[in-house]
Amino acid sequence: MDIAKDQVIAANRFGLGARPGELAAIGADARGWLLDQLDGPSSPPAAVRNLPSSAQVLAEFQAVRGARRPGAADPAARDKGQQIRGVLGPAYRDQVFARYRAAAATAQPFRERLVHFWTNHFAVSADKPPVTGLAGGLENEAIRPRVTGNFADLLLAVERHPSMLLYLDNQASIGPNSRLASRAARFRRGDRKLDINENFGREILELHTLGVDGGYTQADVIGLATALTGWSVGGGQGRLRAGTPGEFEFRAAVHEPGTRRVLGKSYSQGGVDQGEAILRDLARHPATARFIATKLVRHFVADDPSPAAVAAVAKAYQASDGDLTATYTALVSVPEAWRDELTKWKTPHDYLISGLRALNAGPQRPRDVVGALMLMGQPAYRPGSPAGWPDRAPDWAGADGLMKRIEWATAVGARAGSGVDSVALGQAVLGSAFGDHSKTWISRAESRSQALALLLASPEFQRR
Amino acid sequence: MDRRTFLTATGAGVLATGCPGLVLARASTDARLVVVLLRGALDGLAAVPPVGDPDYQRQRGPLAIPVSGSAGSALPLNTDFALHPALTGLHAAYKQQQLLVLHATATAYRARSHFAGQDWLETAVGDPQDGWLNRALAVLPGAITGEQGIALSSRVPLVLRGDTPVTSWAPSRLPEVDADTLDRIAMLYADDPVLSVRLAEARNADQLAGAMDGTGPVFGPQSFARLAEAAGRFLVAPDGPRVAVLETTGWDTHANQGAAQGQLANRLTGLDQGLSALRSSLGSSWRDTVVVIATEFGRTVAVNGSRGTDHGTASCALLLGGAVQGGRVLGEWPGLSAGSLYQGRDLRPTTDLRALLKGVLQAHLLIDAGALETRVFPDSRQVRPLQGLIRG
Repeated sequence: MDIAKDQVIAANRFGLGARPGELAAIGADARGWLLDQLDGPSSPPAAVRNLPSSAQVLAEFQAVRGARRPGAADPAARDKGQQIRGVLGPAYRDQVFARYRAAAATAQPFRERLVHFWTNHFAVSADKPPVTGLAGGLENEAIRPRVTGNFADLLLAVERHPSMLLYLDNQASIGPNSRLASRAARFRRGDRKLDINENFGREILELHTLGVDGGYTQADVIGLATALTGWSVGGGQGRLRAGTPGEFEFRAAVHEPGTRRVLGKSYSQGGVDQGEAILRDLARHPATARFIATKLVRHFVADDPSPAAVAAVAKAYQASDGDLTATYTALVSVPEAWRDELTKWKTPHDYLISGLRALNAGPQRPRDVVGALMLMGQPAYRPGSPAGWPDRAPDWAGADGLMKRIEWATAVGARAGSGVDSVALGQAVLGSAFGDHSKTWISRAESRSQALALLLASPEFQRR
Repeated sequence: MDRRTFLTATGAGVLATGCPGLVLARASTDARLVVVLLRGALDGLAAVPPVGDPDYQRQRGPLAIPVSGSAGSALPLNTDFALHPALTGLHAAYKQQQLLVLHATATAYRARSHFAGQDWLETAVGDPQDGWLNRALAVLPGAITGEQGIALSSRVPLVLRGDTPVTSWAPSRLPEVDADTLDRIAMLYADDPVLSVRLAEARNADQLAGAMDGTGPVFGPQSFARLAEAAGRFLVAPDGPRVAVLETTGWDTHANQGAAQGQLANRLTGLDQGLSALRSSLGSSWRDTVVVIATEFGRTVAVNGSRGTDHGTASCALLLGGAVQGGRVLGEWPGLSAGSLYQGRDLRPTTDLRALLKGVLQAHLLIDAGALETRVFPDSRQVRPLQGLIRG
């Protein structure tokens, strides 16, 4: 059966790359196949269901960090840094392994890609401890259950998650007139002043909601950061001990009292309600609708989104008051999304997952994914900055990045190529996008291993 | 005869084609340029503390670095400025007049987003399409063969991206792909205008890298030194690139920044060691090299509530190398008194970073002044290139 363009686009651009048989199984209604994946409550994939929670990881981290330095009598436990790595390292590895096993196996690849999209939108980076052991938690606990819900709920869940709070240092942002700061001023020792830090407020405005051109000012950054003082994580030691270790904890003693102004509106609420009210207004803001629509269209349709497509998706977002399923429905309905195959260059993350899916194989060992992604330039859960990974071809289509993919394809070919008919496999997963030129060169390969390497390296397989 | 020797020998011929700038062409093809991007906004007041400023200790509080008297005290440059104690290699270079500091400098960008700020740093325009260094390569004088620019990373940073072909390289842990498979992949890519070019670039880089050993850390804190060392080896290769880009991250010190020691000090140590590794691997080409070290913006003068600093405006930029007319601190110092700060919180920028970059490109790579102010740095006629940066 000749697979038509719609199915190829649905499986490879909206999905995570076809598994053998997937294109045929999509049926005539490719859009319906995508939208069906949004129906119903989320059931976490088997691979991620049994991971320890962020609260568990963080409680363990706090216990190790807070423990009294062990005596010289216990040389095995002397190095605290090593102990901390012993908690965070395995947690990270297990989360990465689970993420890519789930992605390789899922029958809801559009839904899973959306989960990954939001994880990158609300980026934290595992290179900063203790986020190392919590990055997967943000994805599985805050994002996954709300991926088809309302954006405001998603936003609030993300901003309350310990992973985000610790990544953007908000646990250390203290209202200068808060109870804690006033008390400290009375018993002042040293020259440390207690005050806010702007990081959390700034990144929420710039990266999570309005976008950098969304019309906010430095005063809005300070207003939001100040309103969010007290948004913190439970646990701690001594007088700062509060709440459940590793869970969101609003620390009223740290919150700056008083009314805040953000984007021209006053917020007189007290406590945690103040920040929540601002976040809900930000979620509703037209600039947020535009920013999110632009990012979605860029991710799913083309590097340079057309104004019409962005407007259609933003309109659906606004009309539904941030309902994500309605927003995705508009996205899937953008006519140009279905015009051409292969409009997007795969990131290493896309490339790895689509390779695993084409081979109908999950990764065998954590290092198969951790190492491969690091080598190809996109280490898992580690974008290195709160902006997340870039999403346009020039960011990824460099010479070294390509050579690393070819190295990976060759290694996979050597390992898995012996029993594979790569021309048939290419036809099965690339369908109408699989060109005659590639077929010819793959069929001429000197071995099955080399043929699989050529398929995975082929121009069609580099794009989605 | 390698390419550079050849071009030197035919300098008179080039002159005859009407490029008077090439009278001094001895260096034109020997000149090497390395751009080091510090992503995350380097605290210029920590890297180059203005120890002579009467407000320095008070404004910086716990982040101030002791001026003298202890092991962790600042390394003096002149009566007004010093280097962070972690920057011992740079300090030695300063004494050899191979390090030049420009303080209180910023791009034209005045908001405080890292990402928009880095786009400005790398493109010098508000609309990020291609990088200024790529545009500079397009107007490089002299006959060109092969890619003149290399990024030492898996992803080419924006500053080097654009229409001029460049290459990139990073160490690998996977076995090399055999030549037959690569030849076949080249055939597979024959009809693809992007992939065919990228593959050729990558194969050139791998060929140049062939002599490099497979040891040393590929990732982690020591990886910068390894990449810097590799950059030097690419730049000395006879048919290698003349321009390299390195990048480092981790400068966004919102919390627990540290002063003489601590988080930022560790980063600066890594930077200093990497620059030393670059110098070693450049060998005798060091005398023809300029290293530009720059960041997207500076950080707040005052310490924030979490013993760090928030996003600011002006920072410092450094020029390092045997070709630099160093041993000096440039720039008009705006002061740290409350009234002199930008928006009451940041170090006030007094020199446009483009003035430094234009000065380097003009005197070191001999790029024509007209191209500099229209093409490389569009609409920058009013930003005069700094003079006297490069040894005559």
